[in-house]
Amino acid sequence: MATFNLNINGKTQSVDIDPATPILWVLRDHLDLVGTKYGCGIAQCGACTIIMDGNAVRSCSIPVSAAEGTKITTIEGLSEKVDHPVQKAWMEHDVPQCGYCQAGQIMSAVALLENNPNPTDEDIDNAMNGNICRCGTYVRIKKAIKTAANS
Amino acid sequence: MTIIKTKLNRRSFLKASALAGGGMILSFSWLTGCKPTAEQEALGLPDEWFELNSYIKIGDNGRVTLFSPNPEFGSNVKTSMPMILADELDVDWSNVIVEQADFYPERYERQFTGGSQGIRQGWNPLRAAGAAARYLLVAAAAQTWEVSADEIKTSKGIIEHKGSGKKAHYGEMASMAATIEVPVEVKLKDIKDFNIIGTSKKNVDIEKIITGKPMFAMDYKQEGTLVSAIVHPPAFGMQLKTFDGESIKSMSGIKDVFSFHVHSDGYVQNAFDTTTHQEMVAIVGNSTWEVLQAKKALQVEWEKAPDKEITVSGWGGNQSKVKIPSGLENTDGHLARMEEYSKKPANVLRKDGNPEEAFQKAAKVLEKTYTAPYLAHNCMEPVNCYAHVTADKAEIYGPTQAPEFIINTLSERLGLPKDKIQINLARMGGGFGQRAYSHHMVEAAVISQKVGAPVKMMYTREDDMTYGIYRPTYTATYRAAIDENGKLTAIHVKAGGIPETPIAPNRFPAGAVENYLAEGWDIPSNITIGAFRAPRSNFIASAEQSFLDELAEELGKDPIDFRLELLDRATKNPVGTNNDYDPERYAGVLKLVREKANWDSPKEGVHRGVSAYFCHNSYVAEVLDLRLEGNKPVVENVVAAVDCGIVINPDAASNMGEGAIVDGIGNAFFGELPFKDGVPQKNNFNDYKMIRMSEAPKKIEVHFVKNEHAPTGLGEPLFPPVFAAVSNALYQATGKRFYTQPFGKELDNVMLRM
Repeated sequence: MATFNLNINGKTQSVDIDPATPILWVLRDHLDLVGTKYGCGIAQCGACTIIMDGNAVRSCSIPVSAAEGTKITTIEGLSEKVDHPVQKAWMEHDVPQCGYCQAGQIMSAVALLENNPNPTDEDIDNAMNGNICRCGTYVRIKKAIKTAANS
Repeated sequence: MTIIKTKLNRRSFLKASALAGGGMILSFSWLTGCKPTAEQEALGLPDEWFELNSYIKIGDNGRVTLFSPNPEFGSNVKTSMPMILADELDVDWSNVIVEQADFYPERYERQFTGGSQGIRQGWNPLRAAGAAARYLLVAAAAQTWEVSADEIKTSKGIIEHKGSGKKAHYGEMASMAATIEVPVEVKLKDIKDFNIIGTSKKNVDIEKIITGKPMFAMDYKQEGTLVSAIVHPPAFGMQLKTFDGESIKSMSGIKDVFSFHVHSDGYVQNAFDTTTHQEMVAIVGNSTWEVLQAKKALQVEWEKAPDKEITVSGWGGNQSKVKIPSGLENTDGHLARMEEYSKKPANVLRKDGNPEEAFQKAAKVLEKTYTAPYLAHNCMEPVNCYAHVTADKAEIYGPTQAPEFIINTLSERLGLPKDKIQINLARMGGGFGQRAYSHHMVEAAVISQKVGAPVKMMYTREDDMTYGIYRPTYTATYRAAIDENGKLTAIHVKAGGIPETPIAPNRFPAGAVENYLAEGWDIPSNITIGAFRAPRSNFIASAEQSFLDELAEELGKDPIDFRLELLDRATKNPVGTNNDYDPERYAGVLKLVREKANWDSPKEGVHRGVSAYFCHNSYVAEVLDLRLEGNKPVVENVVAAVDCGIVINPDAASNMGEGAIVDGIGNAFFGELPFKDGVPQKNNFNDYKMIRMSEAPKKIEVHFVKNEHAPTGLGEPLFPPVFAAVSNALYQATGKRFYTQPFGKELDNVMLRM
């Protein structure tokens, strides 16, 4: 056990925990931020995607010990009024079906657009290929990313 | 105008009301935060709600709460079912709050999401409930104003009597309406007067989804909830021998380790009680990570399971004994046995004319065999369930498509009467048929009962992918007899699988061919199977529609023209009387897809495949356009034409169709779960390849036939035709026919790679 001070969604939170615990379970079990989802546990599906120091990362495979001193954004911290351009585009295109993977999809899309405001189709494919949507909403996700890029 | 029996008779209404008055918790507290999205900021929350029936509450300020009865797994019934209620109730959609109903069989008719039947079977009950509530509000106004109800009109939640100039909103009449006798019959709206049905409404949960609000059972806990993982046998045909629980009990955060049985000995299962591993080990602790560490460290010994016999109670209560063979099965063995069965005579499921003679006399016989592997559902949300079982009651919150199929199982296993077990319905992170089998609810409940605390049980992805309830593996052989004039004279299909045949013998092309023979066979196995998005259809459509494509080519006909000729025969002079489809509606989708895809004007460099199928009461035709970029096949566009009658929520319906098409392309190219010595050879997404964005079509168009047929299924029917649209397009691109799924593995043979 060790104490970690984490900067999550602009707030510093302290947890006393096994240093090997993945950030995913710290968020879900200890900080009640359950928007970030468990899908595979091996960084293959993207359901657990968060933004860490500006990059989309898989929180299931990064231990909490590597998180101290970084700036983390989760789906809950994206906006206060549900008005992040990516969220608005997701609403416009009514993207989700079951909804389980969508937080991860949105976080990958946000990181993509922060680093590359005008992505090509290929850029979008590359940035989103780590996120599985079992319901198959890929065509809408891509449209929503383009809408967000243009807004 | 249609008049409909409400079935909300006084008795069931009183029963429902009594239940509601008994302090029943209708939903979890976060659902009360179900507020309108920003653009539809309407009325505030009322001081008091009045319940007009199980589905509808009206607030004193005119606000409306509609309960969506069926579980939501992504097909968007939580939006479309309330839309049907709202249209007949005649309210403004922006004043509607939608809540997920929990499982109350006394209040709702059929809380089952599956078989693409939610909207089809909900259509009349939901219309009746909406219309009956409107009737009560109008009757209350008529009494209050002392005018005839016939002279009263409603619009968007406003009641008006022109003659007297009286006007009120629904909220003003709700308290009196709640005291008026429920009518036995009500008038329904004319279809032309719908103003919500047929317009696109956003998913009522969109805002919660995109802000990460807790909506899934995985996200749920109460004070003192413990976490539980399970360990199930690593192979089909294996069972628990011993385990060393003591060695992990001292690990950080671990509370208990024990083995348990899912069903009691001699339990008579229902058709949805399918449970692969009857005994498993539970590890219970404080947090997910601690429990997963202990799970990894647990030493377990397994042994081969003997032959078993279970009793299964089918529809109508008929009991039958089912043998589960022992043994550790292999994919190679499956393929060899299926090949052997394909060559033997099988059960005749349908025979028209004299197919034997037609084949004897044939100038040419075309014979092709198609094979597909087991598939795992791979819902994004792994199996999990919250349960809190105490001495006298149980509260269950988890993903299930079919609470009605698990309530008896829970009652029997926990030793609690059904009315002491509350199943609350979580939004599901996918279902695809797999969540119709809800043994996980029993597992969570048994664990909670044992440890005497609320428990959230969670499978890892590996547990989820390897516990069974798969799409079966199948083989089908199609034969066609062609006479010396180049005319088709007979079709013969013989198909089977492990453990079921995929044939629906009375579907097309039965009824369209003079001489027709359908035979089926099956091979028992200890690998459990279950419904997987359009069960059986998802394979037989791929075989049939690939074969018809090859047959059309053999006959020198355009593949759409050829199908239309067959359907023309089935329309004008059908063979046999027991044909399960309407050939004119079937032809309708082929004609629509031909027009929308510009089939008659092919594009340079684009290779096209067409396929069509009827299942779950709906008709679908699809044209898939494929281009080769170097040695990579790229699906450029898919155009679908669908006849599912009235479309409730068009944009959401398109979304569902787009998803089914992507799902079909993914499974056609990549889907596969092989076995070795009973062990599933893939257990996570590093080796089980799922379709990703770069392989998805660049564009998908879903077109609906406009008609006034009552709505039919949509979640499944777009899925089965995709496979043959892929294989037929691949043939156009490569000159090679693809007979064995997944096609991705065969691309190497033609120097292609996805």
